[in-house]
Formats: sequence, C-alpha cells, structure tokens
Amino acid sequence: MTTLSEHRPSDPVAAFEAGRRALLRQRRQATLVGLVLFLAAVLAGGYIGEFFPSKLAAGLPRIGEYLGRTLPTLHWAELLSDSKTQGSVAYWYYRAGSYLVLLWQTAQMAILGTVLGAAAALLLSFPASRNLVRSHWIYHLSRRFLEICRSVPDIVYALCFVWAYGVGPLAGILAMAVHTTGALGKLFSEVNEAVDDKPLEGIRAAGGTWVQIMRFGVLPQVLPNFLSYGLLRLEINIRSASVLGFVGAGGIGQELYYIVSFNYYEELSALVLMIVAAVTLIDLGSERLRSAFLLREAH
Amino acid sequence: MGVRFARIRPIDVDRARAALPRAFGRSWGERLLRNGLLALAAAYLGYLLWAFDFSPARLYEGLVSPNGLFVIAGQMVAWHDMADWQYGEIFAALGQTVAMAFIGTLIASVIAIPLGFLGARNIVPIGFLRFGFRRLFDGLRGVDQLIWALVFVRAVGLGPLAGILAICVSDIGSLSKLYAEAIETAEKKQIEGVRSTGASTLAVLRFGVLPQAIPLFLSQALYFFESNTRSATILGIVGAGGIGLQISERIKILAWDQVAFILILVLAVVALIDTLSKWLRLKLIGREAARG
Repeated sequence: MTTLSEHRPSDPVAAFEAGRRALLRQRRQATLVGLVLFLAAVLAGGYIGEFFPSKLAAGLPRIGEYLGRTLPTLHWAELLSDSKTQGSVAYWYYRAGSYLVLLWQTAQMAILGTVLGAAAALLLSFPASRNLVRSHWIYHLSRRFLEICRSVPDIVYALCFVWAYGVGPLAGILAMAVHTTGALGKLFSEVNEAVDDKPLEGIRAAGGTWVQIMRFGVLPQVLPNFLSYGLLRLEINIRSASVLGFVGAGGIGQELYYIVSFNYYEELSALVLMIVAAVTLIDLGSERLRSAFLLREAH
Repeated sequence: MGVRFARIRPIDVDRARAALPRAFGRSWGERLLRNGLLALAAAYLGYLLWAFDFSPARLYEGLVSPNGLFVIAGQMVAWHDMADWQYGEIFAALGQTVAMAFIGTLIASVIAIPLGFLGARNIVPIGFLRFGFRRLFDGLRGVDQLIWALVFVRAVGLGPLAGILAICVSDIGSLSKLYAEAIETAEKKQIEGVRSTGASTLAVLRFGVLPQAIPLFLSQALYFFESNTRSATILGIVGAGGIGLQISERIKILAWDQVAFILILVLAVVALIDTLSKWLRLKLIGREAARG
C-alpha cells in the first residue's frame, strides 16, 4: 500500500489514507508509552507501598474477622430489654450517655475553632485582597501567612499545641482555628477580589477611611458568601475534631483511640455509628442554613 | 431640576419617614431582634471560651513557657546537626506516602466504577436497591480516613498496607457517589442510539455510557490522588505508614528543626503531585474537560 502512495503522491485519497495511518500509528505509540509508564508507576508504587499479594492475602481475612467482631450480638427477643441483658440495643449502647457528652464537646470544639478561625480569616482577608490594598508588601505578607496556616494539616498543629498547651481540647481548638484561618482566608480574599467597585468609590468620595470602606463598602457585599463558606468549614471541622483526640487534643477521638487500643469491639461499632449519625445530621442542618443564607441574598 | 436642600423642612423628613419607613433603616422591633440574637451569639461564644479555659494568662503561658510556641518556632528555624538527620529514612517515607496515595486511589477508582453504575438512577431503576448502595457509600465516606486507618492498623498491623486500605475504603464511598452522578448526567441520545441497534445491556453500558463517563472518572480520580497525597501525610500518626510517623516521632523527641524540614519537603511533594496531576488531566482529557 505504501508503495502506491509513494508512486502517485498526487492521489488525494492515498495521501489521506497515508496521513491517517501515520496519525493512528502515532496515537498507538503514545498510548503504548503511556501504558508502559502507568504499569511502571503501578509496580513501583506497589513495591514502595509494600502492597504485596501475599500481605494482602494474609491481611484481608483478618480485616473480615476484626470487623465481624465489632458487630454487636443482638437477639430479637431481648432487643428492647434494659442495658443489663445481653443482646439488647441498650446493652450494646450502654455507654451512650457518656458518648453523647463527648460528641457534644466535640461539636462545641469545632464551633469555637471555626468561629475563631473565621474571625481571623475575616480580618486578614482584606489585606490579602489585591484590589483592596495598594502596598504589595502587605498583600504578599498576608497571602504567605495564610498559605503557611493552611498548608500544614490541623492534626500536625495539634501535635505541636499539645506540647505548648497540654493535653486537652484547648490544643485542638487552636489547631483547628489556625488551619481554618488559612483555608477560609484564601476563600474570603477571593470573594473580596470579586466585589463591585462602585460602593467603595462612593465611600471613598464621601471621605471614608480604609476601615470604613471595608466595613460599609466591602462587608455588606461579601457577608452572605462568608457565612456560607464558614458553615462549610464547620462541617469539615466537625469531622476533624472527631479525630484530633487521637493525639490528645480533646473530643471524642480520645475515647475512640482507647476503644480501639483496648480491643473493645462492640463499643467501636456503637461509637462509630454515633459519630457518622451526628456528622450526617450536622451536614444536613448546615446545608439547610447555607441555602437559606444564599436565598436571602438572592431576594 | 435637582434637589434644593434649603427647601427641605423637618416636616418633609417626617412625611418621607411615614411614607417610606424602611428607607430610614430598620424598625425598632427588627433592631431589637437583631441585637438580641447577636447578644445571644456573643454570650454563647463567651461561654465556650470560658468552658474550654481560654484565659489570656493561659494563652500567654503557652506562648512563652519553656516548651511554648515561641521556643518551638525558634527551634524550627535554627537547624542543628544536619549531618545525622537520617535523610534516607525521611525520603523513603515520603516516597511511601505518595505510593500509598497512588495505589489506594487506583484501587478505589477501579472498584468504584461498577459500584457507581449500581448507584446510578438511569442504570438501576429499582429504588430500594439504589438507595441501599447510596447509603453504603455515605457510610463508607462518613467515617474519617484516620478512623479507618486506626481500625486497619489494629486489623492488619502497622505499616503502609493499613494506610492504603484506609485511603481505598473511604475513597470507594466518595468516588462511587461521584461516579454515579457522572453516569446519571450522561447524554440520553447516545445511549438510545446504541440501544436502537439491538445491543445487549452490557454493550449499551460499554458503548453508550462509558465513553461519556470515562473523562469525568479520570478527572475525579486525579483530584482524589492529589487530595490523598495530602491526607496520606498524616496517616502515619496512627502507624499506617508514610511520612506522618516520621513527623510524630520527631515531635516526641522535640526535634523541631527536623519537623520543619520534613514539613517543607511535604509541601514540595504535594505541590509537585498537584502540578503533575494537572498536566496529566490536561493530556488525558483535553483542555475543555479539564476546566469543567
């Protein structure tokens, strides 16, 4: 076939066919190279990550066994009996009261951490918006500070703060607050950068100071968005507050850590189910609130 | 033309106030409600600060005490004895972190494809079955990755396998849900076109649905690879492999300079993976799809 097109280069059909074949060959080669690279990455990843079939074969049955043990033994006849009878829900959840107290504490930690972080982010978001400050120094300094705050995971901050403030919820709240400052500060300043300039001009023309321009020109425009982002962050922080206790930073995580360490199987399933239920409920509530805020803004 | 301010008398203002009360600010009742709510919120915050012992003295103490934040920050900047920092161990752990994220995301994104089909409205019309799968996904992703890691460490022992499994299980929940949504938004016309040729159900899925969904699947999987690289850095804190163990061990012996060094390396690796994933997304699914 190739000889044909070589002899009669002027034939458009043959030229098209040859071009098509070359393109297909090129694409096939690219796919092949990609596939080889991908396979190499999988093999390397499996080797470095110690993900060997033998290990997996040994581990998977143990996972089944472990998760099986966490399932409660419930008997139909005794399902609604009191907490002293084996096989009842009350027996399974005999520590529900103390779990609820801890969950409540965890939620409050998340609320305080989010509010403190959001307040700091609110203040820092104005100097970190390109359209609101003249000085490059102030802008870049605030941006870099926010980056440092958000690029370190909150549990790593918690590890540090546990040293400085001792074991307990204070360390966890501060850790969440710092990380939240960074995460929300970035989002807030992006909202700030999209504001309408005209109200700002108006206040400036009336002789308003920088603070007054921010308060009466920018803030009314951005507040609904800030609230919505803040609530989203609260959902995230409730999740992370439930694991900060692993490193001693307060909340329900500490209880969970003990339960797992001491092999209290049925308590584990009871507590994890409660955490999932609480997180889901709060997510649903916050979703309602967020849509209410954004609806009010639209009207 | 124009407003002559000299002619506006107090009685004009009163009249305007009576005609357009809302133009003169909020009513007395509204203001009361608003300030009341604000006061309530402030009181609640004050209570929280009190309940969690946020005294200025304590906050100050945590800054300046011998193992306070100022000392920690100072030691993070002043690096000592850099010759014996066990770089081999650190870089191996970093590599392991990326490998865990890669393998975990890869397995999750493969398992999530059939599960995504089972959770999609246009594939599984039986309501309660689809509902069951959706709730299963919610359950898997409702449990934090670190909790999964803690559980898997108890089940299969310390090491990266527990971390990979934790990433995998929590991502199967999230990815299946996203995949199901991607399948539900697939264009009907192509599916009907394939069906009209008399194709079997499997062929309809393969040639009608899958070509539309694959770019979305790939893009989501790459996003999760990025996000898992970040979260894999902390799984080691509970012993599930990766750099987290190196960080928490060095914090335990107060080697803050090495902690700072590792954190900087983690940032570099995360940025590298982000760039790589962005480039791959562009290569694989094109500019248009990558933006969406």
